Amino acid sequence: MRIRTAGVVAVLGLALAASGCGSDSSDEPAAKESTKAATGGKLVIWADDKRTAALKPFAEKFGQENGVTVEVQAVSKDLQTNFVTASQQGSGPDVVVGAHDWIGNLVQNGAIDPVQLAAEQKSGFNETAVKAVTFNGQLYGVPYAMENLALIRNTELAPEAPKTIEDLVAAGKKLKAEKKASEILCLQSGQNGDAYHIYPLYTSGGGYLFGTGANGDYDPKDLGVGKPESIEAFKKIAKLGEKGDGALKRSITGENSIATFTGKKCAFLVSGPWAIADAKKASISYDISPVPGFAGGKEAQPFVGVQAFYVAAKGKNKALAQEFVANHVTTPELAVALYTAEPRPPALTAALDQVKGTDPDLAKFQEAGKNGQVLPAIPAMATIWDPFGKAEAAIIGGADPAKTITAAGKTISGQIK
Amino acid sequence: MTTSLSGPGAATQPPGREPVGPGLPGKSRTARHHAPITATGLLVKVILLGLTAGIAIWAAFPLVEAEKWVGLALLAATTAGLFYLYLTRRHIPAKYLVPGTLFLIAFQVVPVLYTASTAFTNFGDGHRGTKEDAIVAIQTASVKQVPGSAEYALSVATQGDPATGPLVFLVSDPGTGTVSAGDAGGLRRLDPADVTVAPGGKVTAAEGYTVLNFGQASARSQEITDLVVPTSGGALRSAGLSRAYEGKAIRAYDAGCDCVKDNETGKTWTADEDTGAFVAADGERLAQGWKVTVGLKNFSRVLTDPAISGPFFGTLLWNFAFAIGSTGGTFILGMFIALALHSPRMRGTNFYRILLILPYAMPSFAMLLVWRDMFNTDFGLVNNLFGLGVDWFGQEWSARIAVILVQLWLGYPYMFLVATGALQAIPKELTEATSVDGASPWQSFRAVTLPLLLVALSPLLIASFAYNFNNFNAIYLTTEGGPFPADNPTAGATDLLITYTYRLAFGAQGAQFGLAAAVSIFIFTIVAVVSAVSFRRTRKQEEVYS
Repeated sequence: MRIRTAGVVAVLGLALAASGCGSDSSDEPAAKESTKAATGGKLVIWADDKRTAALKPFAEKFGQENGVTVEVQAVSKDLQTNFVTASQQGSGPDVVVGAHDWIGNLVQNGAIDPVQLAAEQKSGFNETAVKAVTFNGQLYGVPYAMENLALIRNTELAPEAPKTIEDLVAAGKKLKAEKKASEILCLQSGQNGDAYHIYPLYTSGGGYLFGTGANGDYDPKDLGVGKPESIEAFKKIAKLGEKGDGALKRSITGENSIATFTGKKCAFLVSGPWAIADAKKASISYDISPVPGFAGGKEAQPFVGVQAFYVAAKGKNKALAQEFVANHVTTPELAVALYTAEPRPPALTAALDQVKGTDPDLAKFQEAGKNGQVLPAIPAMATIWDPFGKAEAAIIGGADPAKTITAAGKTISGQIK
Repeated sequence: MTTSLSGPGAATQPPGREPVGPGLPGKSRTARHHAPITATGLLVKVILLGLTAGIAIWAAFPLVEAEKWVGLALLAATTAGLFYLYLTRRHIPAKYLVPGTLFLIAFQVVPVLYTASTAFTNFGDGHRGTKEDAIVAIQTASVKQVPGSAEYALSVATQGDPATGPLVFLVSDPGTGTVSAGDAGGLRRLDPADVTVAPGGKVTAAEGYTVLNFGQASARSQEITDLVVPTSGGALRSAGLSRAYEGKAIRAYDAGCDCVKDNETGKTWTADEDTGAFVAADGERLAQGWKVTVGLKNFSRVLTDPAISGPFFGTLLWNFAFAIGSTGGTFILGMFIALALHSPRMRGTNFYRILLILPYAMPSFAMLLVWRDMFNTDFGLVNNLFGLGVDWFGQEWSARIAVILVQLWLGYPYMFLVATGALQAIPKELTEATSVDGASPWQSFRAVTLPLLLVALSPLLIASFAYNFNNFNAIYLTTEGGPFPADNPTAGATDLLITYTYRLAFGAQGAQFGLAAAVSIFIFTIVAVVSAVSFRRTRKQEEVYS
């Protein structure tokens, strides 16, 4: 919509209606800012609703201490798209908060600048988190929280953490036979699949998405989907599917998987830190362990996602933005405040140590993500989600793994530029 | 968009306030000119024109600031035109036409033209800005810290006025403790006796310099970011306001060869104006591209790319089936319910009408999601209620039936409403006359009621068809286009052209607005042709029955 607005203004700038609209959404704040900039300078931060609330007190403190105005604005929908569009128009913020897998797209649109951290600042962070925000050899954001999948189990139904997926299926089947549960495993797929949630099993079966180049970055030219390893992995997944053990089902979706677990209808849930609040609310006695892999297979590696602060390339106050991101986001106080707003393990080791004592789940999630793989941030990753998920759903439903995955690989490689 | 566009006061000028009350069509020109000026009319006119001027001035400032002179000229011309039009006593028809025309141009013509013009470009992720933007982005992204170089504590200072004086970086090397002052001319060592250094290494005061605080410094943010202090190994740059590092741009643009060179590897990427990207000899392209005109490439891609054109006709066929099925189904169901409630023997009609209106009153966005969950194989209401085990969204035909059922539920109250209205307008005498002539109720419905209903409702049915033809939400919020054949994840059994296009343009590597605009022009053409043909046929029908 902003684009259309921009078009209305830029292409014809026609009529009062059009110009009135453009100025309302974008140009007006700029006008205000220029008058203020003469006295003190202003920093505008965009974040989603939850984080805005957590950031506000911290941002105000930063502003007061340094004699600048800090404004935290909530963008509740499509933050990434809005940020890219607004940046292009010159009405974007100075700092934006978001997931690390945006980096590829933000860089190709020239929307963010690299951040220079001193070596000792970098060493304060979890290594995987730093790796996640490094793109083309440059650090593009300052991480503050990490997340990954783990196996959450109802300890009343399943006291023992399964060592392999086969153990899990056996335990689940037994519970089902005893009518203690109606599902073996709550791992969300839906009709069109869910690449993020199936990924640990895919890696355990031997599959990979992108190979890594010499510098450790993901290489979009080395696509693992459609390769023999991926077919082998999906043959194993197919055995867990609807025509096999029935542990993986398309009827388990993102909407009902956590609810089914908290309704005590399945003993095992594959999910992330965001599921814990629901489990606590339903007063389920739970424990967290790594997602198990296939017996005799490779390790099950979940994706590790990182939330980070970025400096906008077209921000009006880049020096202050760099100062805020590089020297103030790196302090444990902010990381702890953000953790309180939404309990995900902080990326800053000092902050994690601070909250670990009161929240044992954090350490368990971190343990589950220790062997995880950084979610690829390269733009090519966007081509994976949809075809890969659909192939997964088809195979769970009983389609031939070799044929399905080969077709998905072809579709994906056709879309990678 | 809608909210921000609600304030264009200039165009909301109601035309009727011109005191033309007694100006009947038969009156002469002179008589109209001497129509009395009422106080209310004058007041309303003054207020509305004042509002117009106010909004024009309010809108002008950002345009001046952004230096959009064409926009400003148009703004001034439009405002002047409006003032002229409503202050003169002539041009009566224009007084009525202009506000509507302005709206039409702003909200219909401009977006359509903009979409059409986008279709001829490669506008999309990675190709949003100009070539200059791309070059700046490539160079900035390639600045790396010189290996093994020191990290400096930075204070921004000036020798003149804090707001305007030339900027100087006061940097101290934490390792050696030496303090230097740097500007575009290079670094100069400062005498340790002249400077005060805080424990962290930051310079807090220096002889002859005014150290800026964060507030003062951040007001000159752009200058600080742009200030580069040349050194032997590269250049000192600021990392925020309190640290500096020695960095070097690895890649640089060379206007001579119109290419980007990598100083470390010696690799070059030459600008390709056809694709809007820097491409190396081995085919590797830099991610940061720019927007170029690609001519008819997007259109020809739609027609020739087998991945796009292959499933096109199958999708088009289903798209027609879906639009006709949704429109026809809702119409038939709505009409029969309307007929049933229209019968004088029916009791409690108001109660039924309220019940029937309910689906229409609920937000369809939420209801579509509810229906999606109701069709879930294991947890859905539909299967649980009827004891079925149908994999609704997992099979081609059950998924198609399911989405049409959902449309039926969402859409029939509307058809019921309009059919009720149209039925009440059909004179009772006509149906009574048929029964006197001995026709059965069915014959009477077929020969009299239905044709008359269709005359009244045809335009609505065409509109409903056009709407359902592009009913993105109905598919995207339920099946997402699925189920997909195992060997083709791009075109599903319930995909409409619009959902298919969406996946094509936005599902791949970033958004491709150019391609999306081209496909939407194709879809527009299809819908326009269908609507035009239908309207022509309706007109013929009207001639028969009127």
